[in-house]
Amino acid sequence: MVDHVSVRPRNRLLAWIEERMPILSFAASHTTGYYAPKNFNVMYYFGSLALLVLVNQIVTGIFLTMFYTPTGDGAFASVEYIMRDVDWGWLIRYMHEVGASMFFVVVYLHMFRGLMYGSYKKPRELVWLLGMLIFLALMAEAFMGYVLPWGNMSFWGAKVIITLFSAVPVIGKDLVTWIMGDFIPSGATLNRFFALHVIALPLVLLLLVVLHLSALHEVGSNNPDGVEIKQKKGPDGHPLDGIPFHPYYTVKDLFGVGIFLILCAFIIFFEPTVGGWFLEHDNFIPANNLVTPAEIKPVWYFTPFYAILRVIPSKGWGVIALLASIVVLFLVPWLDRGKVKSIRYRGTGYKVALGIFALVFVLLGSIGAGKTTEWIPEIFGPNADLTFIENTFGRILTILYFGFFVFLWAYTYFGWEKTRPVPERVTVVQH
Amino acid sequence: MHTLKTFCFALALLAGMGVAHAEESGYPNANTSISDQASLQRGAKLFFNYCVGCHSLKYLRYSRIADDLGLTEQQVMDELNFTGAKFGEPVESSMKPEDAEKWFGKAPPDLSLEVRAKGANWVSAYLHSFYLDPSRPTGWNNTVFPNASMPFPLWELQGVQTAVMAPAKPGEEAEVERLEIKQPGRMNQDQYAQAVRDLTSFLEYASEPAALKRTAIGAWVLIYLALFTFAAFILKKEYWKDVH
Repeated sequence: MVDHVSVRPRNRLLAWIEERMPILSFAASHTTGYYAPKNFNVMYYFGSLALLVLVNQIVTGIFLTMFYTPTGDGAFASVEYIMRDVDWGWLIRYMHEVGASMFFVVVYLHMFRGLMYGSYKKPRELVWLLGMLIFLALMAEAFMGYVLPWGNMSFWGAKVIITLFSAVPVIGKDLVTWIMGDFIPSGATLNRFFALHVIALPLVLLLLVVLHLSALHEVGSNNPDGVEIKQKKGPDGHPLDGIPFHPYYTVKDLFGVGIFLILCAFIIFFEPTVGGWFLEHDNFIPANNLVTPAEIKPVWYFTPFYAILRVIPSKGWGVIALLASIVVLFLVPWLDRGKVKSIRYRGTGYKVALGIFALVFVLLGSIGAGKTTEWIPEIFGPNADLTFIENTFGRILTILYFGFFVFLWAYTYFGWEKTRPVPERVTVVQH
Repeated sequence: MHTLKTFCFALALLAGMGVAHAEESGYPNANTSISDQASLQRGAKLFFNYCVGCHSLKYLRYSRIADDLGLTEQQVMDELNFTGAKFGEPVESSMKPEDAEKWFGKAPPDLSLEVRAKGANWVSAYLHSFYLDPSRPTGWNNTVFPNASMPFPLWELQGVQTAVMAPAKPGEEAEVERLEIKQPGRMNQDQYAQAVRDLTSFLEYASEPAALKRTAIGAWVLIYLALFTFAAFILKKEYWKDVH
């Protein structure tokens, strides 16, 4: 989908460079030469926003690294030093912390967009796979970043999550000690997580993002109609329904960036903890291996997966289910045999299933975040068997979560889906 | 326009979530205000008269208090700093941690982040809920934090409260139904409520001094971003005129 654009700079130095290394032509080919469908809707903002947040995390992260101390004794105090004594340190730290949560907001919406419009289907399977790898790396990155402030929830969160590796047969116990570098999370753990968080995983993430975009630019962007625009080309050889990414989508994304930054600024300046959702109350208490928080729970973006782990009675099966809940997302391009991409023209079954899936994801999140622990006594009275109701509810949701993928396969494999005809060209809503 | 509406809806939803959450904690609203400088100054005075003997604010410097509360170095050093610390040093309590553990069984916690960890409503409720309990080593107990090891130094302001117990259900221990003032203190109820509000506000400030600056510049950032977004919107409209 990338049309090669040759740039011949008038400036002799630039021309000299361009002849030897056509970097301007490369940039032009991937912006003005990249034809994107003209019918992107609001769901198509989140890719560029994810890139923006990635840049924000790297830039603010560099400054935080200048003042942060990755030791058991110094970490917590160094974060408070950043918050109080470093000029504008509080702003940089809040930008990084809010950025982490917003990263997951935009990535979840970006992934949901993929499910809505079938952006994982042929020929974009690799784009989806690389995106899933980004999601995986992002989860590791976020988890390790969360440990660094060395608050009490950092400590206990690290302990719970790393201990999951003890479910690995035979070597489990040794593996846990090897990961921690100690028998409990300690300065050694903190130090290695710091190394992984600030250099190893960011490099992996950047590489994956480059590959994700390369794969996308090879096959071209999908769109809300799921129509392949390159099948209808004009006399100039450009897709009839395509417009150059630059300037059309750069200016459109600039507007999206504006709205997104207003939201982020509102959070950063007026509600930086988001009532304990982005920065948890227990994490303002220094790490203490003798005092367990009343409730150990991860930050909101991990809560759906954490709920799946928690409601399954056996630890081994819980870990397997947790893993499976992520692995199954990788398989979506092959589970879904349907030829129609967009939800606009897919069968009612798919629409309902996707709606339920989204709802189940949010409800699982509310279990993982401990919300149901508050709601159940309110709904069923104070004497209700909390654990039983919560586990039953959670297990039903877990079945529904996996049920979506089973349904998706059966629905399309056995040809139960009744699709509507897909138009030849993209449809544009006139505003 | 459709896009704009969707975003506004999301924004409203998020704001609503934050508000809903703030009301949830179950304790009466502490009604703190860190933008009320006089209240912060009175709260600081209370803290340094009644609390700093045992509790430190190790992440807060005296000089920072002077800057943020509109006090001179002279005022801070004369009226707040009783430990002989230098102006640029953080607020350390005068009690050694070893002694503290010996006397109270547990070193009194640093209060730099108390409000961020427990919430202003909790702190305020805690300071209202001490009562005499001869079964405790210090003679004091607390309904918000049962069996707290802290004696209650503010009794001379609030007065001495005792617990009125609810009739015990068979097989269960009696629970505190309410607290009542047995011996009045120097303040009446309203005055004490204001004192707790001041002290809680000061601790809220101490837990995040940047909050003063944060909210002050936040409005300007939002105005700038609104203008930027509007400009981007016009630009987008202009470019997209020729897309059909």
